[in-house]
Amino acid sequence: MNALLLDRIHFAFTVTFHYLFPQLTMGLALLMVVMKLIALRTNDDRWNQAARFWAKIFAINFLLGVVTGIPMEFQFGTNWSEFARRTGGVIGQPLAMEGVFAFFLESTFLGLFLFGEKRMSKVAHFGAATMVFVGSWISGFFIIVTDAWMQHPLAYHLLPNGSYEVSSFWKFMLNPWAWLQYAHNMCGAVVTASFVVAATGAFYLLEKSHQEFGRLFLKIGVIAGLISCVVQIFPTGDFHGRYVAKYQPAAIAGMEGLFRTQKGAPVVLIGQPDENAQKIDNPLVVNDVLSFLLYGTTSAEVKGLDAFPRDQWPSALPLLYYSYHIMVGLGTWFLLLMLVAAFLLWRGKLYSARWILWPILLSFPLPYIANTAGWMTAEIGRQPWLVYGLIRTSEGYSTHVSAGNTLFTLLGFLGMYSVLSILWIVLVYRFISTGPAAAAVEPEPATLTTVQEKR
Amino acid sequence: MGFVWFWIVAVMIAAYVVLDGFDLGVGILSPFLGRTEDARRTLYRSIGPVWDGNEVWLLAGGGTLYFAFPLLYASSFSGFYLPLMIVLWLLIMRGVSIELRMHIDHDVWRSFFDGLFFVASALLAIFFGAALANVIRGVPLGADNYFFLPLWTNWRVGANPGILDWYTVIGGVVALVALATHGALWLVLKAPGELENRARRAASTLWVALLLITLISLPATIAVRPSALDNYEAHRILYAIPALVVATLIGILSFTKQRKPLAAFLSSCLYLVFMLVGAAAGLYPTLLPSSTDPARDITIAGALAGPHSLHVGLIWWSIGLVLALGYFFTSYWLFRGKVTAEAGYGH
Repeated sequence: MNALLLDRIHFAFTVTFHYLFPQLTMGLALLMVVMKLIALRTNDDRWNQAARFWAKIFAINFLLGVVTGIPMEFQFGTNWSEFARRTGGVIGQPLAMEGVFAFFLESTFLGLFLFGEKRMSKVAHFGAATMVFVGSWISGFFIIVTDAWMQHPLAYHLLPNGSYEVSSFWKFMLNPWAWLQYAHNMCGAVVTASFVVAATGAFYLLEKSHQEFGRLFLKIGVIAGLISCVVQIFPTGDFHGRYVAKYQPAAIAGMEGLFRTQKGAPVVLIGQPDENAQKIDNPLVVNDVLSFLLYGTTSAEVKGLDAFPRDQWPSALPLLYYSYHIMVGLGTWFLLLMLVAAFLLWRGKLYSARWILWPILLSFPLPYIANTAGWMTAEIGRQPWLVYGLIRTSEGYSTHVSAGNTLFTLLGFLGMYSVLSILWIVLVYRFISTGPAAAAVEPEPATLTTVQEKR
Repeated sequence: MGFVWFWIVAVMIAAYVVLDGFDLGVGILSPFLGRTEDARRTLYRSIGPVWDGNEVWLLAGGGTLYFAFPLLYASSFSGFYLPLMIVLWLLIMRGVSIELRMHIDHDVWRSFFDGLFFVASALLAIFFGAALANVIRGVPLGADNYFFLPLWTNWRVGANPGILDWYTVIGGVVALVALATHGALWLVLKAPGELENRARRAASTLWVALLLITLISLPATIAVRPSALDNYEAHRILYAIPALVVATLIGILSFTKQRKPLAAFLSSCLYLVFMLVGAAAGLYPTLLPSSTDPARDITIAGALAGPHSLHVGLIWWSIGLVLALGYFFTSYWLFRGKVTAEAGYGH
């Protein structure tokens, strides 16, 4: 394996693992604010207890998000040094701002939120929860701005030494790509959190323990899940897709598996792309739909991969195609599941309908897969560019770091993250099996995210 | 503009060293001071609510360095590839050990994370010290501004050194001893009763080692990089910095003897700041010297980002710093006073 490929796997693996945690914490932060708000409005202390329970799960995920997040910033310099040199004047900015504006805020208010409940007024504690939410969503925004500039660079100019700098700060921050991607991404985080909360509720009802909380979790999980699943598809997914079609037509062609430019282009529901023969094997297609989705009319011409020189095709074409189809397929499943569940909730039958509680429980890992597939779609679709149209991926990596060294650290991360995964499963399982009732005792803090029991 | 951003980055790095320094120091001392479970709990509680906020200075400082001096970030991070990756692993292990230790009430579980906390803290201190020493000594920069250093070669400084040689090992030991002292002084401030006394004795013992290793490091630096004195000769006022280093060392000892723990801890903060400022003043305007050819030094002018970025950056950075200081004072105010094995915020 050459160094370039290893650097790509290195970044892909560490960022994929990292994003398992923020997608839950960003979504959960919003749901905890909602729980605190309901508690404040109704004076129903069960919602405070629910928020306390999810705060514990939040804390462990926050910790893993923090420790796996540090390597992401470092890797721009270590593994992608030429990219860092050329673009630091642009994307170094949001990365530095994330530290200054989001991380300080989060680390301060997380402690207050986790342990300040007894000493603060109810409104102030709600405020602390809100600040944790704001901090995590600001953090997400700066990362999306960074990625959006790589996807759709604007407001830059080239300096004589070959590096880029921002020509307009506000144009850079208001990159339309960033806001569309941000809406779609944050909505995806809410889907993950909703499914985790709903699945925990379903689990409690199925095992007939903590049933009161099981019902609360199902209710908030299904309602938030339905809203976020709808918004995920329309308008955020739809708008974002059209924007991609406008500025990265080759990516859209790859995602859809469209080899030939045609009017009334079909949507491929299932099928396996054959890159060499330039066709889809075993296709299940619906004619004209892709043209309609992208351009609003069934007869519009959609550019296929044949419209682009081979060296500008997305370089991992089948993976791009599958990532996109997995994302869309799962998104459709989420919507169907949540529609049925919400209907049953409205009819008052959800809590006893075991036939729907089981799929809700079993679906909790799927939003993680869908969010990961979504990011893979975005990042593989950008290939062969590192910064779309400006810097090729093959120009950006650290040529002075040998493949042997990169493989060494990749293996190190694989080992370390395996251990973190096991710790995560053990601790989250303990929280869920202990249940929300235990969270009634106001704990004393020991560290940022943990308490110690009174002895 | 280059001057301003040089010192902004330097201040952020100094803030990181001073703040995360004491919680690293507590980790280095943990097996020696944490003899009982109660003592160990007090150690963790003394840094528990603030360690993450302290570490943010590393991320924010790193981000600012990336933004203001992209070439330096690209060259040094890829050139120091292996030690930086090891630093990342140590940061992961350390964060996990602090936060997961209390989750399961079981001796084996806790002992494992206690051991991890100590090893990761001590190695981080050594790596950070060695990293700074590498920057002072210089690295074999190529014509393209890049380099790559193995972890060690023949342990000699010269044209093709490793990350670790006799000089950078001294740098690592300086950091280890200085942060251990810093941590001990923090504990004198925060810990109650017997642990406070033990921490004070540890600080007094460590002080002797700190004095010795500081006195060794100064001539060693001049031997390795004679040009470090150029700025000092040009502006003789700069010689006040090493004098202040000595003054803060005296302050650490005498305030500890006089039972003025806050003054002793602040002296230690200033000791760290003046050591860093002394190094920065010797380097300026070079950011990363070449060990082979001074013409290849990475300088402020060569590494600086574009003027518009930097101008805008100054605005949001100032706003961000005010906010960060606000959060900082909130955290430390809520967490003021002694900790015990049982109580938390605001007790």
